[in-house]
Amino acid sequence: MADSPTAFERFVQGILPENPVYRQLLGLCPTLAVTNGMKPALTMACSVGFVLLCANIVISLIRNLLKPHLRIVIFTLTIATFVTIADRFLAAYFFQMSKTLGPYIPLIIVNCIIICRCEVCASKQGVVTAASDAIGQAIGFGLALSSIAAVREILGTGMLFGIRVLPTAWPDWVIMVLPPGAFITLGLLLGFVNWIGIIRSKGSAK
Amino acid sequence: MMYLLDILLISLTAALINNFVLYYFVGICPFVGVSRKVEMAFGMGCAVTFVISIAALISWSITTMVLIPGAPLSSFIAGFFLPEQAAAKIDLTVLSYIVYIFAIASSVQFVEMYVRKYFPMLYGSFGVFLPLITTNCAILFACLTIMSHVTGVDNPADAWDLGRAIALAFFGGVGFTIAIVIMSGIREELELCDVPEPFQGAAITLVIGGILAIAFMGFTGVDSGIRAALMPSVTEQVSTMIPPRPDVLAILDLSSQVRQP
Repeated sequence: MADSPTAFERFVQGILPENPVYRQLLGLCPTLAVTNGMKPALTMACSVGFVLLCANIVISLIRNLLKPHLRIVIFTLTIATFVTIADRFLAAYFFQMSKTLGPYIPLIIVNCIIICRCEVCASKQGVVTAASDAIGQAIGFGLALSSIAAVREILGTGMLFGIRVLPTAWPDWVIMVLPPGAFITLGLLLGFVNWIGIIRSKGSAK
Repeated sequence: MMYLLDILLISLTAALINNFVLYYFVGICPFVGVSRKVEMAFGMGCAVTFVISIAALISWSITTMVLIPGAPLSSFIAGFFLPEQAAAKIDLTVLSYIVYIFAIASSVQFVEMYVRKYFPMLYGSFGVFLPLITTNCAILFACLTIMSHVTGVDNPADAWDLGRAIALAFFGGVGFTIAIVIMSGIREELELCDVPEPFQGAAITLVIGGILAIAFMGFTGVDSGIRAALMPSVTEQVSTMIPPRPDVLAILDLSSQVRQP
């Protein structure tokens, strides 16, 4: 296929032009739930990246055996297997982090990003393309998570990675680390990204 | 009485205080996607409530019968191969995620077929949403919460029975319905407003969701108030409640300290 994107194009597309959170609005549950600090956000992004990469590779290897009406079940079971691995790994080596993330690690199973990439890319492409697509999407997801987490952690606690960046006189906006802050931050950042997109498309139209 | 109070508090907590959508952020995708019209939102909410109750029933049964150490079914089967003491220790909880997602996916399939055949009216109103529900995090989240209350308790007497599990799931679904119907009502009005172009669609929905979440924060502490009013002697016993998220708990502690110098 001539006009199908190559492995490298897919990798680049995942990072910004087709960012899973800001562009495709996928995987919003973890995006909102774990972004009250940079550490949980990055752990979450790494776990999603691991699961996405492994699931994409496996699905791509077995793509010729898939039956159309059973494919979603196969996708979910594959993903569930890797999520169990990631969950056990975190519980063994990062126990405190695994306690903090709680049910959101197993909820990666129903994260739409992974099912969507399996469906759109991995079930139709070779292993290399699928893997680079997964890495690109994972980096895009990590960027989105860390942008939200940075805003929330800096405004909410005056700290970044637990290190104080704003002066002590800063009144902590506690609401930013509480659930409502997640919605508002993501809403405003989404509006900001759309605004930049509109400005750029107007600029290129001229 | 104690049991009824427990059920009441679990229901209240799941539906309002720790609302699934606005506190735990599960089920955000339909919250943003299917909340344009009130009828559609209500249909989606009913479908979720229906499926979540069935999934809770199945997952509670599987957890207690098969997965936990010393569960009747798994130790009976393992008893054929292993000595009795080893068989009683078989712990299959590591398989729980795979089992739950499979149970949810297959029960959604069966429910869809059953409803389509026997209740065509019902199918017309919410049947189209059923396949979407398989990947709704709220269902899996309810299963996981129930599992953590069956396996993760120190005292076996604190483990949840079926009634508590169903109460959590059903009222979690009701809470989802409340949130999504309020949201769709606001969005219907919003179509008459002049929203800035970059914010149209999902962005403004999320900001409104944030304001709704602030409103729902007003329910914080209602459960302990009811508990103190009805059962003054047992206010300390909170082991069966849904635990608040640890991060939020820490912040609430912090803010109460600030307020009382």
